Amino acid sequence: MFDLTGKNALITGASGGIGGAIAKALYDAGATVALSGTRVEPLEALAAELGERAHVLPCNLSDKESVEALPKQAAEAMGSVDILVNNAGITRDNLFMRMSDDEWDSVLNVNLTSTFRLCKGVLRGMMKARWGRIVNISSIVGATGNPGQGNYAASKAGMVGMSKSLAYEVATRGITVNCVAPGFIATAMTDKLTDDQKSKIDAQIPAGRMGTPEEIAAAVVYLASQEAGYTTGTTLHVNGGMAML
Amino acid sequence: MSDIADRVKKIVVEHLDVEEDKVTETASFIDDLGADSLDTVELVMAFEEEFGIEIPDDAAETIQTFGDAVKFITEAS
Repeated sequence: MFDLTGKNALITGASGGIGGAIAKALYDAGATVALSGTRVEPLEALAAELGERAHVLPCNLSDKESVEALPKQAAEAMGSVDILVNNAGITRDNLFMRMSDDEWDSVLNVNLTSTFRLCKGVLRGMMKARWGRIVNISSIVGATGNPGQGNYAASKAGMVGMSKSLAYEVATRGITVNCVAPGFIATAMTDKLTDDQKSKIDAQIPAGRMGTPEEIAAAVVYLASQEAGYTTGTTLHVNGGMAML
Repeated sequence: MSDIADRVKKIVVEHLDVEEDKVTETASFIDDLGADSLDTVELVMAFEEEFGIEIPDDAAETIQTFGDAVKFITEAS
């Protein structure tokens, strides 16, 4: 249903489980993709698996200069950036009373500030093209909060407010800005949980199971599509009913 | 009219879809030519590309009229 042939997409955090699935889904829908991340090897492996419309652009999102260079590198590699997916994120969990400035700053910097910079970096091209899709990967905890994740939850809630503000500004230019907020998704990170921990998590989810990276990717493909042109400033919650917002 | 003014006028006419004779020296992009704030950002982007110059944000804010734009670009290029 959703055909992205001829569109060029930049995906951050493409070396991770969800980012990789997003890149694959966009590629399968016909888009050319620029895969960004810190770890080169998984990016190269993913690019090789996808095919010739995949480019690898390593980037350290905690470094301002690297972040600002990324949209330019992506435009050089692909010709333009029509779709931006800000998926990269880090956690530095700690109880609020123990949280250091460094833990706070690093999470806000990578998750929120780099998203701001990348959005800003792709806007000029999208404004000229009168077409653009920005999808920011937020999180259920941005809406619900989570103990030990004051910094992460703040960064993910911040993305939502930022995306809505930007959506207002650029709506007349054919550019949409939306968020996808995943709930519990089965990735390498959750594989480390014990069966007991997993069953406790599943019990909190009306769907009775964790989501898959492909289910997040499907939401991103929709928001990146031509058909989603009237959907902007929204957050699509993909969480098996864990929080109905 | 100078070559710069002609080129600036062409950009303004095309971008804001206005009649050429409305683009006078004192015509304000927002008050007289129907631009919104995002249009003014786009005009500045277009000027930068046309003339190969950089217009910093604080300077861009001072460019309110067609005359302001011509003056700034003449001085910068």
